[in-house]
Amino acid sequence: MRYLTDRKRAVGKGSAHSGAEHHWHMIVSAVALAFMVPTFLFIFGNALGSGYEAALATFQKPFVAILTGLVLVVGLQHFQKGARIMLEDYTSGSARKLLIMLVIGLCWALTAAGLFALAKIAL
Amino acid sequence: MAEENRIQRPLSPFMIGPYYRPQLTSMSSILTRITGNAMIVAVFLIVWWLLALASGPEAFATAEWWITSWVGNLVMFLSLWGIWYHYLAGLRHLIFDAGKGLDIPTAEKLGWICVYGSVVLTILSVIIFWI
Repeated sequence: MRYLTDRKRAVGKGSAHSGAEHHWHMIVSAVALAFMVPTFLFIFGNALGSGYEAALATFQKPFVAILTGLVLVVGLQHFQKGARIMLEDYTSGSARKLLIMLVIGLCWALTAAGLFALAKIAL
Repeated sequence: MAEENRIQRPLSPFMIGPYYRPQLTSMSSILTRITGNAMIVAVFLIVWWLLALASGPEAFATAEWWITSWVGNLVMFLSLWGIWYHYLAGLRHLIFDAGKGLDIPTAEKLGWICVYGSVVLTILSVIIFWI
């Protein structure tokens, strides 16, 4: 006898309660990053060590500023969800909850700091 | 009785340890996790560099000095290899997600592509960025 009703099985979306949403988000952000990261690496790699004026001129360009902002937001959300999988594998209980909160907070703090810097540079 | 049952419960052993022989598939998988999570160090340095660039020449000089010092260069070099490895392993993950390449010979071939490909891409990027 099955205890799970058909409705529950359709609506409950498994033990995660969100179905495969987490995994789907990883796929979407991975594809986006696959396109953006090589270009960003090229721009950042050339700007690093090129001096203050040259670096400033590079990151004042709209394309560079927008790309860097996107890499930060998408990259850190991808990181946050990936680090969460690791924490769910190796930790449990309150420590797990606190560490997941810490990672989420850290990712948004880094995103906000990076976007603030980009805005100040580019505008 | 209950205690005894608890002890006899089967355990799934961790892929690294005495129960499993190290395999290319499991090692290249754990390396994806390690390189992905280690990226936070490079993100910290890049955000610091951007904040310094926004703050002015003095702050920028300090940040650049640290990031291009031998310790900073080493961290950035390892991060560069890490991101390329994670990049290729991520593409492999997308192939696996599509239900392709899951037989052992293909999976192992893809693993070697990640290992050697990341080294080649790292060397290529170093040549492009430093020259």
